[in-house]
Order: sequence, then C-alpha cells, then structure tokens
Amino acid sequence: MSAEIGQFALILAFVLALVQSVVTMWGAHRRDDALMALGRMATLLQLFFVVIAFGAIAWGYATLDFSVELVARHSHTTQPLAYRLAATWGSHEGSMVLWILILALHGGALAVFGRPLRTTFLSRVLGIQGLLGAAFLGFSLFTSNPFLRLSPAPLEGTELNPLLQDPGLISHPPLLYLGYVGFSVAFAFALAALIEGRVDAAWARWVRPWVLFAWTSLTVGIALGSHWAYYELGWGGWWFWDPVENASLMPWLMGTALLHSALVLEKRGALISWTLLLSILTFSLSLIGTFLVRSGILNSVHAFAVDSARGAYVLAFCVLATGSALALYAWRAPAMRTGAVFGPISREAGITLNNLVLVVATATVFLGTFYPLLYPLISNGGTITVGPPFFNLIFLPLFAILLTLVGFGPLLHWKRDAVKAILVRLRWPLGLFVIALLVGTFAFGLGKTLAAFGIALGVWLIAAGGLLLVRRWGLGSKSAAANWSLVRTTPVAIWAVALAHTGLGVTCVGVTAMGGFEASKVLRMGPGDQVEFAGRTVILDSLGEVAGPNYQADRGVFRIVGGRGPRQLISERRFYPSSQSQTIEAAIGPSLVGNLYISVGERDQAGKAVIRMWNHPFVGWIWGGAILMALGGLISLSDRRLRLGAPQPSRKTVEAAA
Amino acid sequence: MKRLLALVLALTVVAGPALAVLPEEQLKDPVLEARARHLSKELRCVVCQNQTIDDSDAPLAADLRAILRERLVAGDSDKQAKAYLVQRYGDFVLLKPPINPATLFLWFGPALLLLGGGFGVWRYWRGRSVAAPAPLDPEEQARLKALLSETS
Repeated sequence: MSAEIGQFALILAFVLALVQSVVTMWGAHRRDDALMALGRMATLLQLFFVVIAFGAIAWGYATLDFSVELVARHSHTTQPLAYRLAATWGSHEGSMVLWILILALHGGALAVFGRPLRTTFLSRVLGIQGLLGAAFLGFSLFTSNPFLRLSPAPLEGTELNPLLQDPGLISHPPLLYLGYVGFSVAFAFALAALIEGRVDAAWARWVRPWVLFAWTSLTVGIALGSHWAYYELGWGGWWFWDPVENASLMPWLMGTALLHSALVLEKRGALISWTLLLSILTFSLSLIGTFLVRSGILNSVHAFAVDSARGAYVLAFCVLATGSALALYAWRAPAMRTGAVFGPISREAGITLNNLVLVVATATVFLGTFYPLLYPLISNGGTITVGPPFFNLIFLPLFAILLTLVGFGPLLHWKRDAVKAILVRLRWPLGLFVIALLVGTFAFGLGKTLAAFGIALGVWLIAAGGLLLVRRWGLGSKSAAANWSLVRTTPVAIWAVALAHTGLGVTCVGVTAMGGFEASKVLRMGPGDQVEFAGRTVILDSLGEVAGPNYQADRGVFRIVGGRGPRQLISERRFYPSSQSQTIEAAIGPSLVGNLYISVGERDQAGKAVIRMWNHPFVGWIWGGAILMALGGLISLSDRRLRLGAPQPSRKTVEAAA
Repeated sequence: MKRLLALVLALTVVAGPALAVLPEEQLKDPVLEARARHLSKELRCVVCQNQTIDDSDAPLAADLRAILRERLVAGDSDKQAKAYLVQRYGDFVLLKPPINPATLFLWFGPALLLLGGGFGVWRYWRGRSVAAPAPLDPEEQARLKALLSETS
C-alpha cells in the first residue's frame, strides 16, 4: 500500500509544482495578492506530498517490502536498519527523490521565512523553484519511477553494494545535495531579479545566507566524500580527479566566487550583473553535475546498462534551464544599474581577481572533464584520457595564484588602497612565507622546492588569517583590558573570514605534504613477521578469520613500535556472500602529523597475506582545513544582520504614516 | 556517494576492491622500481574508469605493469616506455594527454581564458576611471567660485 501512496503523492507533487509556478508567476505579474498567497500555499502543499513520497520509499526499506523493485534491488534481510534507511538515497531513483525533497524544503523555507522579501519578488522566486521542482518530479516520474512493483515479490533482496554500507552513505549524499540544490535559490533569485529589473544591496543581503548555507553544506559534503573514499577504497587516495568528483568541485569553485562577489554587491553595490551571472552558472554547474552522474555518458568505456532516456531528459533540461536563464540575462542585464566605482588596488579589486581565477579554475576542470567527449569529434574518432597529471599541471598553478591572493584579500581596504601600505600591513605573514620557503627548500632539498612552496603558501594563509584577528584585537598596540574587550566584540564576519581562510591554508599544507612526501611499501607477511616502515616497526601479530553480521573477513592485527599514533591497528578484508563482493577495511593510525595506513590483501597457500602500507604525512589536515572553512561559513550564517534581512520600514511606522 | 557510486561501478567490473602492485611484480633494482611506480601513475588502466595502472588490480593493469617493467629493464627511457604503450593502446592510455592540434584548446584554453579575463578586468577598471568625473578645468573652477559666492 505504501508504494501506491508514495506514487500518488509524487504525482500530486508534480501537479502542485506546476500550479505553483504558474500561479506565482501570474500573480506577480498581475500584482494579485490572493494569487500569490495561493502560490505560497501550493509550495507548502508540494513539500507536504514530497515528504510523503520520500517517507513511502523509506518505509519500504524499513519494512523490507521486496515487492517494491527498488527495495528488492538495494536491501537484504541481513542489512542493518541504518543502512536500509540510508539505502533510500543509495540508488539512482531514491537519490532523485532526495534531491526533490531538498528542493521542496528550500521552496517551503522560502515561502515561510521569505516574509521580508517583496511579495512579487518572492512569488517569482517561488515560480522558478516550482519550474525546477516540476522538471525533476517529471524526471523521477517518467524515467526513474521509484515505486515500481515486482510480481511475484522475491523472498530476498540483493543487498546494497557493501562499499556503500558505511556511515558515509548516511551523511555524504544529503549534504552534497543540500549544496547542489541550495544554489537553486541563488539561481531563482537571479532570474527573479532579472525579470523585475532590480538588483540592489538588499538583494545581495537576501541571497547571501542561502549561498552561504549551500556552500557550507557542499564543503562538508565534498570533504566527507573525500574522507570516505580515503578510508573505504583501501589505497588511501583522497582525490582522483574523477568526472564525478569534478562534478561536485565545479559548483563549489563557482559558488565560492559567488559568495565573494555577493559580498561586494552587498557592501559596495558593485559587480551587479557579474553576481547575477555567477548565480546562474553555479546552479547550471550543479545541473551539469547531475547530468554527468545520471547519464553515464562518461562511463562509456564500460557496457553498463545506462538508460539513454534519462541522459536525454537531464541533458535537455540542463540546456533549457541554462540556455533560457542566460538568454534572460543577455536581454535584461545590460539595463541593470552599473555599480559603484573602485580603484585597481582595493578589496573589491582583490575579489574581482579572486573571481577571475576561480572562474578560470572552474573552466579548467570543465575542459578536463568534458574534453574526452569532445575529442573524438575533432580528431577523427581518436580517444584521449584527461587524468590527474593534467589537472596537477594546470589546476594547481592556478590555485597557487588564488591562494596568494587570498592572503591579501581581507586585509585590503574597500574602495582604494596603496601597495606600500599593504606590504607594511602584511609584513609578518610575508616574512613567515619567505622563512617557510627558505627553511623548506633547505630541509627538503632543491628537488622538493615545489613542496616547500606549497607548505609556505599554507603558512602564508594561516598567518594572514591569524593577522586578521591580531589586528582586530589590537594585540601589541593596546592594553590587555582593551584587547580583551576587543576580543569579545569581534564581529562575526571577522571570525568567519579568519577561520575560512586559515582552513584553506591548513588544507594546502595537507595537500602539499601528501603530494610531496607520501611513501608506500608492498610485501607478503605472515603472523609474527615484522618490517621497518616510515620510522616504525610494524609487526603482524595475527592473521585470522572473523565473521560479521553480513560478511566474513580476514583480519590482520598489527603492532606498531615507534613513531606516533596508536600502538595496535586492525585491517580487514571483508567478503559479502549475498552480493559476492569484497571490501577492504584499512587500518588507519591517525596522528596530527600523518597517518599510517595498512590494508590486508589476499592470502596465499603459505598463509601469508599481501600487506600494503602507506605513510600519509599531514593527510588529516586536508579535511581539517575543510572543516575550518565550513565552520567559517556556519559562523557567518549566524550573523544577525543576515537574519534580519534588509532594513525595511516596520509595520507600525507604515501604519502610522497611513 | 556519487563519486563512490562511479568507483563502485568501476570496481564491480573487476570484482573486488582495487589493489595494485603485488610484491612479486616489483623490480629488484629500487631505482628502476621507483621509475616504474612513477610511470604507472601516469598510465591508465584502459578497461577501468579513470584508474591508474598503479591503483588497479584488473588483470589488464597487471599486464601493463609487467610490460612497463620489462621495457624499463630492457633499458628504455621513460619516454620510450610510454611511447611503446601508446603504440599498442593509443593515446587513451596516457593520463596526461599529448599536445597535438586537437588538444591545443585543452592545454592552452585555461591560460587563454585567464589572459582574456585579465584583459576584460583591466578594460573594466580603465572604463571606470574614464567614467569617473574629470577634474574641473580653470573655466569651470571660475564658474563654480562665482556660483558659490552668489549663494553666500
């Protein structure tokens, strides 16, 4: 029964999304308050029915209703309940409904909390959200229906891929989607502003919290995914420049640019049409990411059963949404008021350069991701691969430019600044950068100059982030009492920038150290064998079989002598009989300065197993930095000014005037 | 999850998690082995999805690793060893695509965009400074003075 209720709710939601878009748009055009209120009601009703549809899928998993095809394909009676529930979004069809749910939640939040917005503006935003919702609901209903029944129902299902049975599955996809879908609000805001022909500082103030929220979620989502791949795939890679990863990186880069340009628009009223363009492109990249993942177009080397109807639908939608948004932009943006003037050395100018580099970085990832598709057309059917060596060569220098700029940015004055004054202001971080570069080059040798440069960039960013706080608190120039009162009254915005930029520096150190100093060893070991590795003695204490709830495993227990981190590490090689697949649970000995990473491989006749070990210096800093960045985003979200929205005459004064 | 899903798809093809180099494959000479590992990271396992032959445990990747080491032992330079594999498997095997007329845009597109964008930003600033009001010429100064003295 639940599947039919879910199916019915999904259809109703689809119809309501259409109603929502038509009624709000027409209402805004006619300035009809009743119609616009009806539109808001439709938005909330749509959310209600999407929640029911989503709940129906989750219910199917919870009760193991194998007569629902989706449930039968992704769950098994031995699968723990948490992973059965998370399996709701562990498949294409289910994850699409999660996407729709998050979109509807954003619509609902806008309808409820969007009161400070102009009514016509809010209506147009909801109208665009409704169109997006209808498109995705249609996609779900017509090409990827999650509620198909099986008759007769099987007695047992096929379990969810064991690699996905992990806490990562519970948090990673929802956060990623909060990011992707969250940018739809900026997209809708930009289109509504283009339709109304009106963008001002208030617009930027309204859109910023939504962009911040989406960006923060995406940051955490990407970091979680990277960490998940690191510990789950068994060889300790954390980023592979895989098309699917690139699909999440592109909106992140563009979203970062948007976050900063919206700041200039809010504070200084400049970069108006540029910010609108970024709003459109950021969400377009989210859509393209969806297209990439759902169409299977880039997996073409494999004969995976990919439904071409799905790819065609998403591609058509991508082209239509992006194309019409850009057409509207080309038509209306030139009429927009041009923004305030600023000098070539100023914070606005710094952010413009930041935007330029971020957009070029995004374009690089885009080119690298899509070039293999384009290449056969321009080279008479040749094929190429664009892999990590390409991205390292092109993307990393671009990012080095960006990181250099990031240190300066928040310490520039608005409107106009002078080069000499900036250099004096930043003498400490600049000095530390030079010292780190020299010490690094000396310590690592000339062959590792690039690594020294990367570490020095990290030091530069961390120091520049710290300097923001030091300057604010007047450390060294004011009395301790004055310092303390300045610490307590530090504006949220300063904390946020300092944290986020310091986080970027921390990540930079981690990435560089991993790139420059990773070490590995492969050998066969039996119980009692020992080996010297990365300043430690690794002893294989025991090697035996253990049984888990739905798997059997070979377990290696290692004893570590010397070095940092835990003294005992356990790695398992698991076999899941019901899906006939294997996973590796790597043994990871974490410490602040690096991880020891060991995975157990196949055992031979002599009872020895292939043991692979890696030393990952500072790898934790990669994700630690991301957490700091996200924390900066969260703190910035707590800013009271954003919640209050744009200043508006209070109801009382309006009434008094009337 | 999306990224993992893709990897999962790749992994299901080779049935099992990706583990690469086996101890027996390694060369005795540590210098040669280091070169082999380095080169392996630039070569694609052509049946996997975006995996290097160093990371993949597909049988083909093992073959490629073995061929690569044979070539290095036979005295090939890094370049020659790569060329040998390209001859057999095409440019597809290289994770760093070759520079040829059809990849020019890939390799130089970003730099071009950076230059073009930089030029655009420069034009924007210049246009702005031109648009900013020019200082008053002596005649205007005199009129301003006259007007101000009128009002006072």
